[in-house]
Amino acid sequence: MTKAELVDSIARKVDGLTRAQVDVLVGTMFASIKDALAVGDKVEIRGFGSFRLRDRAAREGRNPKTGELVTVPAKRVPFFKAGKELKEVVDA
Amino acid sequence: MRKADIASLIHERHGLPKREAAAMVELILDEIKDTLSRGEEVKIAGFGNFNVRKKRERKGRNPKTGEEIGITPRRVVTFRASPVFKDSVLDSIHSN
Repeated sequence: MTKAELVDSIARKVDGLTRAQVDVLVGTMFASIKDALAVGDKVEIRGFGSFRLRDRAAREGRNPKTGELVTVPAKRVPFFKAGKELKEVVDA
Repeated sequence: MRKADIASLIHERHGLPKREAAAMVELILDEIKDTLSRGEEVKIAGFGNFNVRKKRERKGRNPKTGEEIGITPRRVVTFRASPVFKDSVLDSIHSN
């Protein structure tokens, strides 16, 4: 399912909102999660899961084209951990 | 940030009544949950992909007793952030 299909499906289920309006609301929801993490906050949604940042240590890597050894710097990456209820319905 | 904060933000930004904003957040989450529960992936451009991965049966150990136990095959949800999402957190302050 893509974002467009997600929006279609929700637009069919709600009254009083156009597909375009639903599209905007869905966009705001994902943007708000992204923005929260971008300022170092975490997002905890009970029953669904939590989004937070994980530290990745610096490591040695190679430029795959030249074979040259390079240091990949330490960084933070978004990380999602599924909540209890989501885990259960997916594994049912 | 929690679910109620996302609903408040939608309310403030788009003028949708609070109760409807909360219902919308719930609908979106349920839709994703239902799709994943069917074993189907959810791809949100600019955000990331939720996938369902099948794990094979494997042997594990009870870390307390050292006893060997079988871990049954299972399906788990994984998330891969999109490059845009990854880039947006690179310079973030680390507070969690």
